[in-house]
Amino acid sequence: MISWPNLVSQLFNGLALGALLALISSGLTIIYGTLGVLNLAHGAMFMIGGYAGYVAYQYTESFIAAVVAGSLFVMLLGVAMERLIIRHFYHRPHEDQLLVTFGLGICFVEIVRLIFSSQSQVVPPPPMLQGITNLGFMFYPTYRLAVVGIVAVALGALFLILYRTRLGMIVRAGIEDSVMVDSLGINVYRVFMVVFGIGAMAAGFAGIVNAPVVSLTPGVGDDILVETFVVVVIGGVGSFPGAILGGLIAGEIISVTSMFNPGYAYVMLFAAMTLVLVVRPHGLLGVQGRE
Amino acid sequence: MLKQRPFLIETLTAIGLIVAPFILPHLGFAPNTVNRILVWGLFGLGFDILFGFTGLLSFGQSAFYGTGGFVAAYLLTRAGFGSVLGALVIGMIAAAATGYLIGLIALRRTGIYFAMITVAIAEVFYFVEFNPLSDFTGGENGLPGVPTPSFNLGFTTLHFTNGWSLYQFIALCYFIGVVIALRIVRSPVGAIFSAIRDNPLRATAVGHNIHGYKLTAFVIAAAYAGFAGGLLGVLQAFMPPDAFTFDTSGQLVMQTAIGGRATLFGPLVGAAVWLFLQDFLQAAMGLGAAWKLVLGVVFVLLVCFLRGGIVGGLVDLYRWLAGKRAAAEQAPSDQPVTANGPVSLAAHSPPASVPTRAARTSASGPILQATGLTKRYGGLVANSDIDFTVNHGELRGIIGPNGAGKSTFFKMLTCEIAPTSGRITFDGRDITGLGVTHVCQLGLTKSYQVNQLFAGLTVRQNLVIAALAQLRGKFRLDLFRSINSVKGLPEQVDRTLEMVNLTARADTPVSELAYGEKRRLEIGLALATSPSLLLLDEPLAGMSPRERVETVKLLRSIARDRTMIIIDHDMDSLFELVERVTVLQEGRVLLHGTPDEIRTSPAVQEAYLGGVHGEIAA
Repeated sequence: MISWPNLVSQLFNGLALGALLALISSGLTIIYGTLGVLNLAHGAMFMIGGYAGYVAYQYTESFIAAVVAGSLFVMLLGVAMERLIIRHFYHRPHEDQLLVTFGLGICFVEIVRLIFSSQSQVVPPPPMLQGITNLGFMFYPTYRLAVVGIVAVALGALFLILYRTRLGMIVRAGIEDSVMVDSLGINVYRVFMVVFGIGAMAAGFAGIVNAPVVSLTPGVGDDILVETFVVVVIGGVGSFPGAILGGLIAGEIISVTSMFNPGYAYVMLFAAMTLVLVVRPHGLLGVQGRE
Repeated sequence: MLKQRPFLIETLTAIGLIVAPFILPHLGFAPNTVNRILVWGLFGLGFDILFGFTGLLSFGQSAFYGTGGFVAAYLLTRAGFGSVLGALVIGMIAAAATGYLIGLIALRRTGIYFAMITVAIAEVFYFVEFNPLSDFTGGENGLPGVPTPSFNLGFTTLHFTNGWSLYQFIALCYFIGVVIALRIVRSPVGAIFSAIRDNPLRATAVGHNIHGYKLTAFVIAAAYAGFAGGLLGVLQAFMPPDAFTFDTSGQLVMQTAIGGRATLFGPLVGAAVWLFLQDFLQAAMGLGAAWKLVLGVVFVLLVCFLRGGIVGGLVDLYRWLAGKRAAAEQAPSDQPVTANGPVSLAAHSPPASVPTRAARTSASGPILQATGLTKRYGGLVANSDIDFTVNHGELRGIIGPNGAGKSTFFKMLTCEIAPTSGRITFDGRDITGLGVTHVCQLGLTKSYQVNQLFAGLTVRQNLVIAALAQLRGKFRLDLFRSINSVKGLPEQVDRTLEMVNLTARADTPVSELAYGEKRRLEIGLALATSPSLLLLDEPLAGMSPRERVETVKLLRSIARDRTMIIIDHDMDSLFELVERVTVLQEGRVLLHGTPDEIRTSPAVQEAYLGGVHGEIAA
């Protein structure tokens, strides 16, 4: 049944998954918060990050190169998507924004399927992070431990961008009131483009960092997207701290429930979301007013 | 919907379904494909009511499709239930009940939250089907052996086995589905659905319990999904587990958007396009798995450039052609024309007034009393300790510099926002914290400073929405009643049209109105709820001097039968109109008095001109 090492190991898994979810959700939530657009192609961005990194790895055999390539490619894709399509939807109803990003997500998945087929691809972890680490009381895969660290660094970087730079200040102001930012003489549309790029990059980065943990398939982003939604609803839309808190909660719920019965992981996750909706409809750290 | 002879659409649908088996095979449709299209079309009827008509985009319909399907299939295969139709109906009820429970959670939020929650719910159902309930659902194997329907008529037994024989059964189900959906769409509830889609805030403010109506739409969609799910099992003689997948929900959304939302037939057309292209691209073009990419691109292009989808595009094309023809012939409209040409307000005889809830003009004493009304936003005090009384039949003006808290004050009086402290009594009843819908039902409403109209509807439809709230109460499930049979509705709408002088524009879409007309419709929306106390937030804002003169006349005629409070910055017009004026400044009452007293008050001049004396001295 339940043993302590097993529980601790699952808690670690939850932490790794939670950190990853936190990163992806922050991307989704800052895009929504600033632009008012919920990007249903965000899961596909995550997936493409993995594949772009995979391609780079094929050519260079370097994991670092894979991470850089995966993140940058998805950032550029995000910028292109915002410039070419999303910007025409700012003044259209929410439903249309949902429809178009949903459609784009399907296109992305199918393009990747066309190029790489549905078979799973493997990106090995860097040599120095392979193997198993002895934590004293248990053994744990080294790369999974590293994922927690890598993602924490990425979240830290995102925090610094959001809270310590001029751009971040504009983005946070935009989340509060983008019309006001616009009327202060800041070109809010250029900020939108940058934010969409950063948000997409967060997903892409997570995608390539996660690639060695799971096998890479074109559908890898679909489940992640659903989990991300739950994270955002729990944490509060538009809230960066909310995304982190929600991510960690969701990660632990999924991991700990899986220890007993994986089939109930989503049920428990959904139960948590329902509870939050009933008790705090705007999310744990959400601000009232944004719909 | 198009205005036409009764049952035209129903008849055309029946004819279409009858001739389909004779035509479609020549176009390369196999009977099985046609049956699948019909099942998707039926599934989509409910979804279109939810998404197209009510504006709620759910990505979780697979949950109900699967629930209905598996309940029906389980009854027929494992529980030994004999009647296929009975099992389908039970599956539908199960799906509707599930929809009710899920709706209670998902509808706590709107917009993108709603979409995200429905996605999450659908995923949960998928996992539950596979794991905890796999003993009942067969897990990834699904439930094989679902029988086809047969009906014992005594002298003979009707078997609907497969192909075109089963088509007869499914087509009949689809036809009944269409008839029911059309009735719902044409009912008062259907009208309110569109109001919720166009402007939920105003739908609430004119007195509809929109949460109840949204839940209704959600349950309707779930019921259609449940029945269609059951039919899927019957059609395939096997209930597949992928009915529960997110892809099913996604396909439904895409088919509806491709075919055309808010058309009822859009999902059917979308499904036909989808399944035809799938077969065609896979088989004829040899594209293999790439067919989905082609459909994805088609979908994105349609969303970008043809918002109404295929059916919406055809309707637009038809209207455009018809419009050209009408312009050439000056064809008379088939709508009864109530007035010809614009009526000049100056020569306008006082219209028969919309009756208020009681002959309030004869009553005396206070109709509205606010005591100690305070509203704080964090550190900012918008309103502070306001005492305010208005008597029956009074016409009161409120003025004050920008930022004096006039609009906040109105919002508190109509219970749009709750005061931080203080009490509001309306007609002898404490209404503090009652909510805007309830208060409107009691006979207190306002017209907004910024127009809050139902932008997708015509002038008449706008007023119908408001009048329905008063005639039917805040929530009523008369789903199958024709909107034309609501007693007193046409009279009330016509009277309101006349009062705000929009009779000639009754069938014009709101988007084509001039600003002044929109402004009058804004007042009309409030009036159509027959308020006994009407608040008007800057009714003259943005009007030309000529329009102001006419609107003042209009307001005076409206005021004959009800109590009114008017906020405006145009003091000349306002003072000419009202008997008493309240001046607000910095969230407090500065002064009550007659227009003359206000005009000559040094305190008011000081408030508006901001310490002129001091500045001159300096």
